[in-house]
Amino acid sequence: MSQQPLLEVRNLDVAFYADKKAIPAVEGANLTVYPGQTVAIVGESGSGKSTTAHAIIGLLPGTGRVTGGEILFDGKDIAHSSTKDFESLRGDQIGLVPQDPMSNLNPLWRVGTQIKESLVANDIAKGKDADRRVNGLLAEAGLNDVERRARQYPHEFSGGMRQRALIAMGLAARPKLLIADEPTSALDVTVQKQILDHLDGLTDELGTAVLLITHDLGLAAERADHIVVMYKGRVVESGPALEILKNPEHPYTQRLVSSAPSIASQRLSSVRARAEVREQAVQTAGEIAAQVATTQGEVGKGHDDIIVVENLTKVFMLPGDRPWRKTELRAVDDVSFRLRRGTTTAIVGESGSGKSTVARMVLGLLDRTGGTVHFDGYDTGQLKGKRLMALRRQMQPVFQNPYASLDPMYSIFKSIEEPLATHGIGSSAEREAKVRDLLEKVSLPGSIMRRYPNELSGGQRQRVAIARALALEPEVVVLDEAVSALDVLVQAQILELLNDLQAEMGLSYLFITHDLAVVRQIADNVLVMQDGKIVEAAGVGEVFDNPREGYTRRLLDAIPGRDLLASA
Amino acid sequence: MWWYAARRILQTIPVLLGSTLLIYALVFLRPGDPVRALFGDKPVSEATLAQLREQYNFDEPFLVQWLLFLKGAVTGDLGQSFTGRPVIDLVADAFPVTIKLALMALVFEAVFGIIAGTIAGLRKGKLFDSTMLVVSLLVIAVPIFVFGFVLQLIFGVKLEWFPATVGGDASFYNLLLPAIVLGLVSFAYVLRLTRTSVAGNLGADHVRTARAKGLPEGTVVRRHVLRNSLIPVVTFLGVDLGALMAGAIVTEGIFNIPGVGNLAYQAVIRGETPTIVSVVTIMVLVYVIAALLVDLLYAFLDPRIRYA
Repeated sequence: MSQQPLLEVRNLDVAFYADKKAIPAVEGANLTVYPGQTVAIVGESGSGKSTTAHAIIGLLPGTGRVTGGEILFDGKDIAHSSTKDFESLRGDQIGLVPQDPMSNLNPLWRVGTQIKESLVANDIAKGKDADRRVNGLLAEAGLNDVERRARQYPHEFSGGMRQRALIAMGLAARPKLLIADEPTSALDVTVQKQILDHLDGLTDELGTAVLLITHDLGLAAERADHIVVMYKGRVVESGPALEILKNPEHPYTQRLVSSAPSIASQRLSSVRARAEVREQAVQTAGEIAAQVATTQGEVGKGHDDIIVVENLTKVFMLPGDRPWRKTELRAVDDVSFRLRRGTTTAIVGESGSGKSTVARMVLGLLDRTGGTVHFDGYDTGQLKGKRLMALRRQMQPVFQNPYASLDPMYSIFKSIEEPLATHGIGSSAEREAKVRDLLEKVSLPGSIMRRYPNELSGGQRQRVAIARALALEPEVVVLDEAVSALDVLVQAQILELLNDLQAEMGLSYLFITHDLAVVRQIADNVLVMQDGKIVEAAGVGEVFDNPREGYTRRLLDAIPGRDLLASA
Repeated sequence: MWWYAARRILQTIPVLLGSTLLIYALVFLRPGDPVRALFGDKPVSEATLAQLREQYNFDEPFLVQWLLFLKGAVTGDLGQSFTGRPVIDLVADAFPVTIKLALMALVFEAVFGIIAGTIAGLRKGKLFDSTMLVVSLLVIAVPIFVFGFVLQLIFGVKLEWFPATVGGDASFYNLLLPAIVLGLVSFAYVLRLTRTSVAGNLGADHVRTARAKGLPEGTVVRRHVLRNSLIPVVTFLGVDLGALMAGAIVTEGIFNIPGVGNLAYQAVIRGETPTIVSVVTIMVLVYVIAALLVDLLYAFLDPRIRYA
């Protein structure tokens, strides 16, 4: 391209200040965006990708400052511009589509009003004329019934609709550069695809350059012409998208390429690896089952199917429009499945599909409206007192958010030791040895025992949560979106850990996720849920290679980077 | 929403019944005979005492006294004070004064508290903020009557800007100084609440989005920070109206204002049950209505709240 670049970031340094000490967040970053081009910055959380983007639009949070380098926008250095200068740049020169649609709209103003503000502030339109433009912008962002939508408040919008409103807002004043900061990572995969397709189309049509910030390499490769990979505050690699995907040079990029779930799910090697795990796990589980059958334990008959769910139903009663009227919500509708010992069944679906409700009912944490759950031959609904305690030992959960599921006031030791103490297992010395052993199993150093959750990274916390779940030597672990909140590399490590543990201990997993991409690396059977019902149930290979339902195909198509790899 | 408001108003009935019963029980449990106390050391015949007791229903068990009061209240008769005036007249004289005083205090604390709190929140950690934090801590820590006497001495007696006592003429100007004294503590709370709320909202994601649209900083603060920050403040102000009326007892004493506080104080000293109960009943009513208004206003400020 011989054109003059629209944006040129040269040797950019950004630091945050704590107690007058500078903590660098970005060091010597370089990137160039030409008019109309889409450039993606890829990296994990803490890599400095969002900080770089916020520096460009002059919205560094808190104590953040640009400490070196320059940001040339249209040939002019804006790195140290005043607030006034940035105000005139924002909106009509540089626009922003932020990350989380739930928190980025002001809940107290109508959606239309919030978009109109942008038109008024950038002197594009006023009054009635602006109202008309707002309707046009909302329609352009793919919303229907725009006149009514413009008068609604954000809480009346779904997540996808809010993100569309934010896109309308970002493009309202027709900026030359649009910064899209993880614009879809908070949304369901199918919605994600629609929104990105739409954004692509719009920016193409308007000739807007896009700086796309994402943690997903597959998504970046699919959407961008050029990729910039950031790692620990530095740009480690940049180049044309396909080039990076095919021939990554930097070791970090190589790891990223090999473990991005959207890409790994395509590889046959991961299928073979999974088959080996399964074979070993089923064998170990069989031995355990044989033991259970002969020892006459309190729970368990040693059946092959450790969990049998039949006609499971959950109905919630919601307050209706009159105080005496209630409306029914069928969250789970007639769900039946079997979980074989030593295998993994994945329940896949979008938010609101009822998959987590199923998990909570299987765990016995939520009363069911109808149907039965059998654990190794016993109806869990009939168990009481000691037998119920014994059942809880056999079935342990790991939840999605590693930040919220550990008590911040408990040391790591206490968190893992608590279930042992609750069930009165071993002396305190034995319990300590057991905790040490568990930490080793999840590949954490024993020294971590004395630390507290806030001193650990997300991946470490999730390992602790897994160690806690394994403390009681359960036969079944229910993983409710257990890897969804983690960065891709960490996600890959945790999946690997789960596979190893399954092979070693003969565990059976019920794996709840919204992300089909991770399913292939861990699951044997897949249940696809939609609106509380199971729409497809099959082996993992069949679901991926030969999906029968249109809904399943939509979910598969939404995995970013899928087509790229098929051709690559 | 009308259903919600109607339900809330219906809820006041048990609240009123409970609170009046409680007051009757408390006065009944009080040691001493209020009728005998009326005459002090003067000799008085048993017949006179008995007649007075009967007149004020003191010869009945307190539950019956309470029921008789309720019966009267429904028909608009709140009984008589020991001086023979109908309680309803006493209340009608005193309440407007106190309501005027409390509303003036409320306006004072709201206007100055929100302005100072907003500036402090926007300049968190700077000189103005630190000064306001110290001042508000001081106001909260020092008892209200100390401020009452000090301000009365400075502005009323030494500088003579305001009358030192109010007496019979409860005009706006005369009530200005007492209203400031009355609203001072709440002013400190409003300031701190606004400051924290503004400082918190400044970092909200939607405020960054507003800036990214290219809005000038003033608009961002006015439309996206201030409005969101005022929701908890409004809640506090509404509940505070009731507290201000109750708290007026001290201020009214210092500045000799013929309001409800004075009336209630005298009645408690004399053991005039009908007067005490009437005053408390009306205060409870004011409290409940203020709380209801706040909740309805809340729905107006925050479109996410819908009452059904």
